[in-house]
Amino acid sequence: MLTAILAITLLALILGLVLGFAAIRFKVEGDPIADQIDKILPQTQCGQCSFAGCRPYAEAIAAGEVDINRCPPGGEATIHALADLLEVEFKPLDEECGVEKPKMLAVIDEDRCIGCTLCIQACPVDAILGAAKHMHTVIASECTGCELCLPPCPVDCIDMVETKPKPNTWRWPDPAHIDLKLGDQP
Amino acid sequence: MTQKLGSFPGGLKLNGQKKRSTQVAIRKMPLSKKLILPLQQHIGEASIPIVSVGDKVLKGQKIAKAEGHVSVALHAPSSGTIIAIDEQPIPHPSGLSALCISIETDGEDQWIKRQPIKDFTEHTEHEIRQLIRDAGIVGLGGAGFPSFIKLNPGVHHHVETLIINGVECEPYITCDDMIMRERAEGILDGIEIMCYALHVKNCVIAIEDNKPEAISALELALGARPHLKETNVVVIPTRYPTGSEKQLIQVVTGKQVPTGGLPIDIGIVSHNVGTTYAIARSIKHGEPLISRIVTVTGREVEHAGNFETLFGTPMHELLEFCGTKRQPEEPFILGGPMMGYNLSGDHLPVTKTANCIIVGVDDGAKASTPLPCIRCGECATACPVSLLPQQLYWHSRAKDLDKAKEYNLFDCIECGCCSYVCPSEIPLVHYFRFAKTEIMNQQQEHAKADIARIRHENRLARLELEQQEKELRQQQRKAALAATQAAKVKQAAELPTEPQTTDSQETQ
Ligand code: SF4
Ligand code: SF4
Ligand code: SF4
Ligand code: SF4
Ligand code: SF4
Repeated sequence: MLTAILAITLLALILGLVLGFAAIRFKVEGDPIADQIDKILPQTQCGQCSFAGCRPYAEAIAAGEVDINRCPPGGEATIHALADLLEVEFKPLDEECGVEKPKMLAVIDEDRCIGCTLCIQACPVDAILGAAKHMHTVIASECTGCELCLPPCPVDCIDMVETKPKPNTWRWPDPAHIDLKLGDQP
Repeated sequence: MTQKLGSFPGGLKLNGQKKRSTQVAIRKMPLSKKLILPLQQHIGEASIPIVSVGDKVLKGQKIAKAEGHVSVALHAPSSGTIIAIDEQPIPHPSGLSALCISIETDGEDQWIKRQPIKDFTEHTEHEIRQLIRDAGIVGLGGAGFPSFIKLNPGVHHHVETLIINGVECEPYITCDDMIMRERAEGILDGIEIMCYALHVKNCVIAIEDNKPEAISALELALGARPHLKETNVVVIPTRYPTGSEKQLIQVVTGKQVPTGGLPIDIGIVSHNVGTTYAIARSIKHGEPLISRIVTVTGREVEHAGNFETLFGTPMHELLEFCGTKRQPEEPFILGGPMMGYNLSGDHLPVTKTANCIIVGVDDGAKASTPLPCIRCGECATACPVSLLPQQLYWHSRAKDLDKAKEYNLFDCIECGCCSYVCPSEIPLVHYFRFAKTEIMNQQQEHAKADIARIRHENRLARLELEQQEKELRQQQRKAALAATQAAKVKQAAELPTEPQTTDSQETQ
């Protein structure tokens, strides 16, 4: 019994050390360009870019493997920022990845939720609270609106709702639609 | 009094359009049945309600308290019953709703017990500031910044000059003009209190030369107060946007407030005349800020003029009272034609920052289609802050917001001079407002994204750890199993008849 406990503790300790060491090593060797790209990406972690999150996409861009226009949640503004950073031409959003749409928020219908925890396992930012067989709730301030929790839900009780604009976060509309004539560069 | 005046670049000579609303003295808007009071009528944090639905309140009773430092209290403008604390449409360019306290008035207009202060010098400067904060006073010139903050020089600053802003440079608006004509004594009372709170002697009352009545009223009142010998009326040339704080400071003192800095950094504090009067009422009469003077004017207004209006009064009632020819829900301008915005909706309340309502602008913007920019440079000549509006326009339009920031977008005071002169009628200032709110939003979103990144990384780390633990447990189990079997084999070889040792239990 004692030897087993000792063995486990020792192993855990060694593994912890290895992990810590790896983390430090990884930091040192971390790709600064990928870091900067990751800073620009919206961190929705939705995977629409066809990568498993923002970081892998950032690394792929840094490696020059993919285009900069694959992130629908970031939209045009993100592509502009990436184009600026990497000193490449701006490209419109790749429609194959999706379209830019207003920010949404997941809301669980708590009456219908059966507490299966599948959504928790899918949420990339741990924005869902709940225990097995108990109703689940989304922490609104943490939800990135990635929609990854929708498909796993067996009873379809998660809805995406548009975030309600408030006067102090409201934005003046883009007046570009008033300009009917194109090409009026100053 | 003559004083050498400074100047600022650009600016416009505009047709004042002020006659229509200055023919009659300030009138009182009758009491409305229902008053709607947004909890946020100032810059900063919204106030927090301290009453509940069903409560009876008296005129001047505090109904919401300040929250955090940059905030002020809110008071019941008349006596009555709280009938709702909920979201109501507010006068905001977005047309959105926000939390409001609604009062059904009882018609008695019965005051709470007021506590006038005879000699304010018996109170410390700090106490005076707290009283002003508690009276809910904010800048009445239009911005709505809590006034008590601008009455605190802080430990690092020395205030040389207090500027009382009676410029009112934007066309149509005349509420400051009328208050100076009719309530000069009150304004001087306010100046005495402010000079005391700021430890300053030198005070300049700046008035444009198109307001001769106001100038003589204040000079007359000053003549009767020899102790205010360092307070002077300074007449400045009429030019838009001289009333804007930084431009006025440049005109009066010749000094420039540094980019991103505050007037206090160069020893100057400025307050609007209406605010000055409100401060006098709060200290000398114990009356919190519950009403303001609103100019109602424009081609469609039959009895244009200035009206002392309780906060929360629905704007359409005020417009009806002035005999306005207006269809329900027809849009009108809140503020001036240059810096104000269009509103529509009938139940929007008058708030602390509502200085002027215009229905029917004579030389108003023609709703036309903008033409391409011809690079004439007129906009840059007109800009009072020496920005390059055509560059800003190009970058804002292309949503290249970092570039717009590099061109000092945030120095733009949204005066609209550039849009006004643009021969192609490009709504330049709209682009700048859009770009500014867009940038602020992006900053908020970046902050949120940073949190999401950390949460995601934590999750990945946690999953990895769980995975490793799982593998560890598996290995452990395998090792233990192997050990048991090995032991068994050994035992079987050595002592085939002996019972099992405790070895196998260890693996449990
Ligand atoms: S599409 Fe954008 S937000 Fe979604 S994972 Fe990829 S980079 Fe992140
Ligand atoms: S709650 Fe759903 S939509 Fe929100 S972040 Fe989690 S998985 Fe995405
Ligand atoms: S997946 Fe659906 S049913 Fe299961 S816990 Fe989440 S919300 Fe409830
Ligand atoms: S005034 Fe109008 S047309 Fe002239 S440079 Fe400026 S934006 Fe272009
Ligand atoms: S709106 Fe801004 S850019 Fe245009 S003139 Fe005024 S300060 Fe200059």
